[in-house]
Amino acid sequence: MRKLLVFLLMVSLAVTAFAGGQQEEGQTAEAAQEEPAEFIIVNGAEPETLDPHLISGVPEHRIYMSIFEGLTTYDPETAEPVPGLAKSWDVSEDGTVYTFHLRETTWSDGVPITAQTVVDSWLRMLAPETAAPYAWFPNMFIKGAADYNSGDAGADAVGIEAVDDYTFRLELVGPLPYVLGALPHYSFAVVPMHIIEEHGKEWTNPGNFVGNGPFTLEEWQPQQKISVVPNDTYWDADVVSLDRVVYLPIDDNNTGYNMYLNGEADWMTTVPLDMMDSAKLRDDYHNAPYLGTYYYTIQNQKEPFDDPKVRKALAMTFDRETLVEKITKGGQVPATSMVPDMAGYPGIEGNGKNIEKAQELLAEAGYPDGEGFPQFEILYNTSEAHKKVAEYMQEQWAENLNIECELVNQEWSTYLSNRRQGDFQVARAGWIGDYQDPNTFLDMFLSGAAMNGGDYENDRYDELIRKAATMPAGEERFEVLQEAESIFIEKDQGVIPIYHYTTNNMIDLSEWGGWYVNTMDYHPPKDIYKK
Amino acid sequence: MWSLEKTMTKYIIRRLIGLIPTLFIVVTISFFLIRIAPGGPFDAERRPPEQVMKNIQAKFHLDDPLHVQYLRYMGDIVRGDLGPSFRYQDHDVNYYIANSLPNSLLLGFIALGMALLLGVNAGIVSALNQNSWIDYVAMAIAIIGITVPLFVIGPVLMYFFALRWDILPTSGWITGRYGWVTIIMPAVTLAMQPFATIARLSRASMLEMLRSDFIRTAQSKGLRDSVIIRRHVLKGSLLPVVSYVGPAFASIVTGSVVVEQIFRVPGLGRFFVQSALNRDYTLIMGTVIVYSVILVLMNFIVDIIYSFLDPRITYK
Repeated sequence: MRKLLVFLLMVSLAVTAFAGGQQEEGQTAEAAQEEPAEFIIVNGAEPETLDPHLISGVPEHRIYMSIFEGLTTYDPETAEPVPGLAKSWDVSEDGTVYTFHLRETTWSDGVPITAQTVVDSWLRMLAPETAAPYAWFPNMFIKGAADYNSGDAGADAVGIEAVDDYTFRLELVGPLPYVLGALPHYSFAVVPMHIIEEHGKEWTNPGNFVGNGPFTLEEWQPQQKISVVPNDTYWDADVVSLDRVVYLPIDDNNTGYNMYLNGEADWMTTVPLDMMDSAKLRDDYHNAPYLGTYYYTIQNQKEPFDDPKVRKALAMTFDRETLVEKITKGGQVPATSMVPDMAGYPGIEGNGKNIEKAQELLAEAGYPDGEGFPQFEILYNTSEAHKKVAEYMQEQWAENLNIECELVNQEWSTYLSNRRQGDFQVARAGWIGDYQDPNTFLDMFLSGAAMNGGDYENDRYDELIRKAATMPAGEERFEVLQEAESIFIEKDQGVIPIYHYTTNNMIDLSEWGGWYVNTMDYHPPKDIYKK
Repeated sequence: MWSLEKTMTKYIIRRLIGLIPTLFIVVTISFFLIRIAPGGPFDAERRPPEQVMKNIQAKFHLDDPLHVQYLRYMGDIVRGDLGPSFRYQDHDVNYYIANSLPNSLLLGFIALGMALLLGVNAGIVSALNQNSWIDYVAMAIAIIGITVPLFVIGPVLMYFFALRWDILPTSGWITGRYGWVTIIMPAVTLAMQPFATIARLSRASMLEMLRSDFIRTAQSKGLRDSVIIRRHVLKGSLLPVVSYVGPAFASIVTGSVVVEQIFRVPGLGRFFVQSALNRDYTLIMGTVIVYSVILVLMNFIVDIIYSFLDPRITYK
């Protein structure tokens, strides 16, 4: 027995000694963390790919911004397009042809980037065999792109051309004034064709990787980290101040938040819902409007929701202010319009809370005081936040309209599949704009469009959206889009807008400069510096 | 002795061959089960238009009839190729498994090692001091280990050790900037449940053993307590622990998903969850195969160890 006790004592001593030794190591690690200008980002999910033509997510986009650069890139303050690989451009009078003048610059391995590289890259993006998930985006802009991408035409149908080594010409499907804002997007990336040919799909491995961004890939350990270091061959290398940027993949937002609080990360890109109240009190919490809308999509073609009066009644019977203050808590902006606040766009009023009017509308639709209104379902993807919103709606509709609904939650893929097939009555949805123009919120509700799972249909609406696509930038075009949105929301209530998203970032701006809040939530590491 | 070894070898070979049909059935059932789930690997908030979708399907042969896909897949895995991941497109499934499985195994070994060392000792001490305060404390800890779920233990540890006391980093892995200290919290969290079970098991079987006739005989012969416990009691009372350890290891490795997520362990569990949510068919299949092999092998190893510990068991 005594021997046993002695043994246990020894074990516990050994454990203590081990822990002690480790603690010292932890301290030296902390000292190493003090080294200048390493910027650590809590980056969300493990990146699925670093190949710009295969990217489709936000975490990947953050990395893309540091290791690649398109013809234009983002201004860190406004997220508006500024010259990138292209130093300047001319626009034809009708606004459909853009001629870009490229910088004489190279890839990180010294191979020159020419207009032909841009052509080859974009053709790779659009080639049917690349199967790029975001190909629909350039398809919206480039003349002939959709035909090539679907295999209906050859590569020569695509309206892009290398005029000479450093002049690149782009022909658009119409005078789309927001194209410059779309070009920094990864679906317009210029990629190192010579490296892709050499290494195949492994070209994004550290060692093989070659890029043209302010940084270049240093390390990629799956589920652990991606790090990038300054790219000496970058044309604007003098501006780059950070010595290293580390992207940490994280599945659990609470862990990410704790890491930030503990000084293990410099930028946390979101705040967990249950931490919101305490985060709001901090100086390093940054809340700003985001170019996105949270809405309920309604099955427009099936009873009882095929009557706009019913859809309007639903939209007018809940208090958006209460919802964002008491339930979502992240400073969201109550929304009665689909398009968030946007410079120059007049916007619409929408149908706000008006319970009496809503009850009248419901009665006119044949359901006085909710009588005879069938029970229906609210579908949402499984998440505590969506559930709370749905519960609020359920309660408000029952109280004010005397109609009953059930909540149905499904995991992401199942939910998406049902929403796409129109297999729902009312479903939660959200949309983040791809560029700063109302069109990115409106063209997805064209009849038969892929995102239009609620089957909204209005010929006049389609006509206006298509007309706007042929108009030059300016007030008139915005008026056409405004009329379209008014039909869609105020007259037809094709969907029920609930709130406009906000971004919730944690970063200490007394320590880091060059980081600004903006509606796209884009923060290029190129401009970030340690104070 | 030679013939015993020979029967043993024969037995082992037969069991190993027996694993093949088991795995075959697991793979086949999983393959078709996954396909029944609604949605597909390329669903997104904004689904690409039909023509792009067709391109993607063609690239991954998803446009072939299901039985053709199945045969192709079976052909590939026989050659040891788990195929390309549908979502993590820069690498193959083999690459991700080779990178993450060792981390899960290491974490599992350390957690189980801790659970065994502390669990068996706690069980012995409790049994020898039955109904004393030591016994009560040890068993109270064991009850906590069994009843409190991992997703509570993990964040609580993180809160105190990282945020409040600043002794440990919140999360990370041994190859990261904080080194080996990062393994402490995930290992402890993961060890709680098996520790509790092992402590209770060894306490119970120890008590049973202490009351058995042959121990009483030994005592009446005047042997010292320490000798009796070391030579006679321990060996017998470890049997239930051994039979528990195999499945426990398998469940630690396969069930470390939550711990891996909380503490950012770059293990297989994170891919398992993510691939299922993503409908990443090949990656799901890859992880399922690895997990099945671990489960089946562990049961098998336990059977072998059992035969060494318990003279009543022989294999033919």
